[in-house]
Amino acid sequence: MNAPPPPMSLLAELTHRCPLQCPYCSNPLALDGREAELSTAEWIGILDQAAEMGVLQVHFSGGEPMARPDLPELVRHAAARGLYTNLITSGVLLTEATFRPLAEAGLDHVQLSFQDVDTGPAEQVGGMKGAQAKKLEAARFVVADGMPLTLNFVIHRGNAGRVPRMLELARTLGARRVEIAHTQYYGWGLVNRAALMPSRAQLDEATQAVEDARARLGSSLTIDYVTPDYYADRPKPCMGGWGQRFVNISPAGRVLPCHAAETIPGVSFPDIRTATLADIWENAPLFRLFRGTDWMPEPCRGCDFREQDWGGCRCQALALVGDAGATDPICSRSPHHDRVTAILEELPAEPPPFVYRRFGNAPGGGR
Amino acid sequence: MTDVPTAAAAPTGPGLAEAAVVRFMRGVRLQHDRVRDQWVIQAPERAFVPDPIATAILRLVDGQRPVGAIIDLLAGQFDAPRAVIAHDVLAMIADLTARQVLIR
Ligand code: SF4
Ligand code: SF4
Repeated sequence: MNAPPPPMSLLAELTHRCPLQCPYCSNPLALDGREAELSTAEWIGILDQAAEMGVLQVHFSGGEPMARPDLPELVRHAAARGLYTNLITSGVLLTEATFRPLAEAGLDHVQLSFQDVDTGPAEQVGGMKGAQAKKLEAARFVVADGMPLTLNFVIHRGNAGRVPRMLELARTLGARRVEIAHTQYYGWGLVNRAALMPSRAQLDEATQAVEDARARLGSSLTIDYVTPDYYADRPKPCMGGWGQRFVNISPAGRVLPCHAAETIPGVSFPDIRTATLADIWENAPLFRLFRGTDWMPEPCRGCDFREQDWGGCRCQALALVGDAGATDPICSRSPHHDRVTAILEELPAEPPPFVYRRFGNAPGGGR
Repeated sequence: MTDVPTAAAAPTGPGLAEAAVVRFMRGVRLQHDRVRDQWVIQAPERAFVPDPIATAILRLVDGQRPVGAIIDLLAGQFDAPRAVIAHDVLAMIADLTARQVLIR
């Protein structure tokens, strides 16, 4: 295989610590503890390597990245290296006093997540009282500063009907972008699938709301819409291809082709403390495993879409078929597509209680 | 961005539009990508490669120069009548404004 093109973007998961406990969190079930986290100096070294390799954008994420007191220092360093800096935050630790140093450090953009538009259900999902008011306040001073703001809403059966009001909130707050992103069923989202999966009718209604708002608002508000692919015939493309554009570094320094890749069995996870980012990107078995199209089984191998969706999601194939190298069963051509249909048919009428995302709360022994 | 264009500020008419000053929106910039040897637009949640005409224009956007001065500079660089260049530049700036890259 030829040397792969360098990654375009780095997801820097600074910590798994977070004051919220959303049951759809994309973090792994085995959360990294504080004692395992990379140091400031280690992150600085990573940012240098990333810029050197050709990464263009760095997304500071978590957990809640604001839980790291060195965040302004990391933003400043990234900005000085020409990296576009994005903060992905729940906003509950964002105050004027903590925002100012970030803006002065050269932060380019804030993505602020909301659990819902109504306070009651929002705080029931996030598990933190008073969170909604803090988020609204954070949105106001980011917009007042002039920094571009994206609101992120994760959609599930409990809030799908409120998409029109979420879009309205984004508009009135003065956000430049809004993401209406249906839950992705990996990690905690997979554990809570029966509690979160919307019905087909709810999905159609949410989609209609997005289309109406796009027609009404034009280019004044960019709406990014992510559907739950269980209802689709073709899978989502995997991050522009496994190990093609995107690299994720976990709080403890594992270098991954995606945030869910830690579920893949039988392969070792490269460690940024023991190898360079470029070496890992080019040579680590985890990155080579599903890069390109050579690994593909039928029906992907002979399919015209193989370089568009890259056979779908490896983590989903693993979760639903038990084989990360299988065609994503979301695809109607997959021999296992009936499993997805069966999951949707067997959704309970009454949602089970949430399994909250907390250290030590994962079923089956995650930390 | 949502302003309804008035007759006086019609986006394609010369006159006022050439006097206008455009700048990058906050959080958007043109940047040279040394590794891939190309210009990229860095914007919230995306980086994309502008076409050569957009690149030539954006390299001249400094938040001070009026659009007419950008047209003059490009007319000096490219072998085409000024009116043709003016038309292309005004259309491109309108497009980049609609795409939340530039703002008046
Ligand atoms: S393997 Fe799945 S979860 Fe991972 S990046 Fe690809 S699509 Fe996303
Ligand atoms: S067969 Fe494979 S490549 Fe073709 S659409 Fe399905 S998942 Fe994509």
